[in-house]
Amino acid sequence: MLRLEKRPTPSKFWLYATPPVAVVLTMIAGGILFALMGTNPFEVIRTIFWDPLFGEFAFYLRGQLLVKAGPLILIAIGLALGFRAGIWNIGAEGQYIIGAIFGAAVGLAVFPTESRWIFPVMIVAGAFGGWVWAMIPAILKTRFNTNEILVSLMLVYVAETILAKASTGFLKNPEGMGFPGSRNFSSYPAAQNAFLYEPLGLHWGGVAALVTAVLAYILLTRHQAGFQIRLAGQAPRAARFHGVSPARLVVLCMGLSGALAGLAGMFEVTGPAGQISIDFNTGYGFTAIIVAFLGRLNPLGIVLAGFILALTYVGGEMASTSLGLPDAAIQVFQGMLLFFLLAVDVLTNYRFRLAVGAH
Amino acid sequence: MDFFGGINPVILIATLMASAVPILLAALGEAVVERSGVLNLGVEGMMIIGALGGFVVAVETGSPVIGFFGGAVAGALLSLIFATLTQVFLANQVATGLALTLFGLGVSSLGGQGYNGIKPPATGQLLPDALADLPVVGPILFGHDWVVYFSIAMTAVLWWVLKSTRVGLIIRAVGESHEAAHALGYKVNRIRLMCIAFGGAMAGMGGAYISLARVPQWVDGITAGAGWIALAIVVFASWKPWRVLIGAYLFGGITVLQLNLQVAGSGIPVEYLSMAPYLITILVLVIMSAGRKANGAPAALGQNFHASR
Repeated sequence: MLRLEKRPTPSKFWLYATPPVAVVLTMIAGGILFALMGTNPFEVIRTIFWDPLFGEFAFYLRGQLLVKAGPLILIAIGLALGFRAGIWNIGAEGQYIIGAIFGAAVGLAVFPTESRWIFPVMIVAGAFGGWVWAMIPAILKTRFNTNEILVSLMLVYVAETILAKASTGFLKNPEGMGFPGSRNFSSYPAAQNAFLYEPLGLHWGGVAALVTAVLAYILLTRHQAGFQIRLAGQAPRAARFHGVSPARLVVLCMGLSGALAGLAGMFEVTGPAGQISIDFNTGYGFTAIIVAFLGRLNPLGIVLAGFILALTYVGGEMASTSLGLPDAAIQVFQGMLLFFLLAVDVLTNYRFRLAVGAH
Repeated sequence: MDFFGGINPVILIATLMASAVPILLAALGEAVVERSGVLNLGVEGMMIIGALGGFVVAVETGSPVIGFFGGAVAGALLSLIFATLTQVFLANQVATGLALTLFGLGVSSLGGQGYNGIKPPATGQLLPDALADLPVVGPILFGHDWVVYFSIAMTAVLWWVLKSTRVGLIIRAVGESHEAAHALGYKVNRIRLMCIAFGGAMAGMGGAYISLARVPQWVDGITAGAGWIALAIVVFASWKPWRVLIGAYLFGGITVLQLNLQVAGSGIPVEYLSMAPYLITILVLVIMSAGRKANGAPAALGQNFHASR
C-alpha cells in the first residue's frame, strides 16, 4: 500500500513543478469534460491555450491578455501577502467594486473637467475605497476576533447592492435617458484609463500590476515586513516571540490587499469596462484566489499565473463564440485547476512510500 | 394583530420556519463537520450543487421526495472531492473549501442550462387541512411540508448523537485532539471523511429545498450566499445543534421581515433592506466573537492530521 511520509524539508523540485503539472492535469480532465459536452476536446484546448497567442486573431487577442491579467495580478498579489501570513481575505470582489465606485465617483463629481490631475486623484480614491472596505473585516478581526473570512465575504454581497444602487441611483448618467449605468469614461478623456500601447493591451492598470509585482517581491524577500509575513504564516509562535504583532499584520495585509483590489476595480471601470454598471464586475476578485495559489503565493509566479488565467478567459470567450462552449465551462475549468494544484501540492511536503508488510 | 404595516406575526413565524430550512440543514451538517475538526468552506458550493441536483432529479422523476435525496447525494459527492483533497492529500482546508465553492458554482451553472423556467413538482403540506386551518397554532405547527419537520427532527437527532452517543463522543474526540484519538486507535481521517460526506449531504438537501420549495425553479446562482450564512450560523451557535436552530430561525425571521418590508413599501430603500441579512450576520459574528478567545470552537478545527506512526 502507498503511504505518505513527511519530507524533512519541502521539495524544491515540486515547489516549482506543481503549477505546470496541475495545468497539464487540468487540461486532461477539462478535455474529458469538453468531450462529454460533445465538443472536440483537442480543438477546445487549442482554442483556449494556443489561438490567443499564435492563432489567426492573435494580433488582437494578445492585447486582451494583459487587459484580463492586469486586474488578476493586482488583486492576487495583495491576497497572496495575506495568505502567506494566514490571513484570509476572500472578499476581494467587494473591495474591487467599492474601489471602482470611489474612483469613478471622484471623477464623475467634477465632470467634465479637463485637469490632468483628476486621474491621479481617482487612482488614490480607488485604492482608498478598497482599503476602507478591507479595513472593516481587519478591524473587526483585531478588535473583536471576528472571522475575517466570513466578514470579508459577506461584504461582497453588501458591495454588490451598493453597486446596484450606484448604477441606478447616485452615479447614474443624468443624460442616460433613464438607462442604468454611469456616464461612460470613454467620452471623458481626462478621467479615462486609455490604452498606453494598444497592441499589448497596456493601460495604467497593467503598469501598476507589473510594478506592484516587483515591489511585492522586494517586500517579501528583502524587507522586515515581508519577513514578518512569512514568519507569521510558517511559525506563528516563533513570530510572536520575535515581536511580530498579529494585529498590525492583519491591518497591513488586509489593507494592502484591499487597496490593490480597489486599484484594480478603478482601472477596470475607467478603462475596459468603461462605466459603473450593475454587473461591470466579472468575478476577478474570486478568480484572483486561483491566481494567487497557481503563482505559489510568490509575486513573480503570480504574474505568470495571471497570464495563464487570462488565457482561459480570452480563449474561453473564443471557444464560446466559435465552438459554442458555454461560459460556465470555463468557470469549471478554473475551479478544477485549483483542485489539481492543491492535490499535487502534497508532493512538496510529503512523498509517497511503498509500505511493505508492517503498519 | 398587525404590525409593521400589515405583517401578520403568525404568518411571519410560519414563513420564517420554512425560509430557515436551507441554512438550518446546511449549518447542522457543517456543525458536525467542524465538530470533527474540519473546516469546510465549500458549503455554498455543495448547496448549489444540491439545489441543481435536487431540481434535476425531481423534474426528471416527477417526485420531489426523490429530488431531495438527489440533492443530498449531489452535495455528498461534491464534498467527497473536498474530503479526498484534505484527508488523503492533506491539502489546506481553507483553500480547498474555497475551490469547492468556485467549482460548485461553475458546475451548477453549466449543468443547469436547459432547466431554466421549468416548474418542479410541488412539495405540499404534510398534514391535513383540518389541522393546518386551526387558528394561530395551525399555520405555525401543522401547516408545513415534510422537510420543515425533518429539519427540526435532525436538530434533535444530532443534538442527541453528539451529546450522548458513542459515535458523537468519537466525533468530538477527533475534533478536539486528533493525536489522542489516533492513539486510542480511531482512524482520524476516515471518521472525518464520513463527517464531511454527511455535511455535504445536508448542505445538498438544504440547497434542494431552495430550488424545489422556496423559489421554486432553477436560477443561476440561486443560493446567493446562503452557504456562507450557514457557516456564520455555526459560529453563532457555538457548534451546538439547538443553537443552530435558533440562529437559523432568527436569520430566517430577518429575511422574511426584510422581504415583507420590501413588499409593504416601508419607505426604506430596497437596496438597504436586501443588504440587511448580510450586515446582521456580520453584527452577530462580532457579538459572538467579542471578548472570547476560543468561543467553544473544536480545538483541532482546520488542522490536518497525518499519522506519523
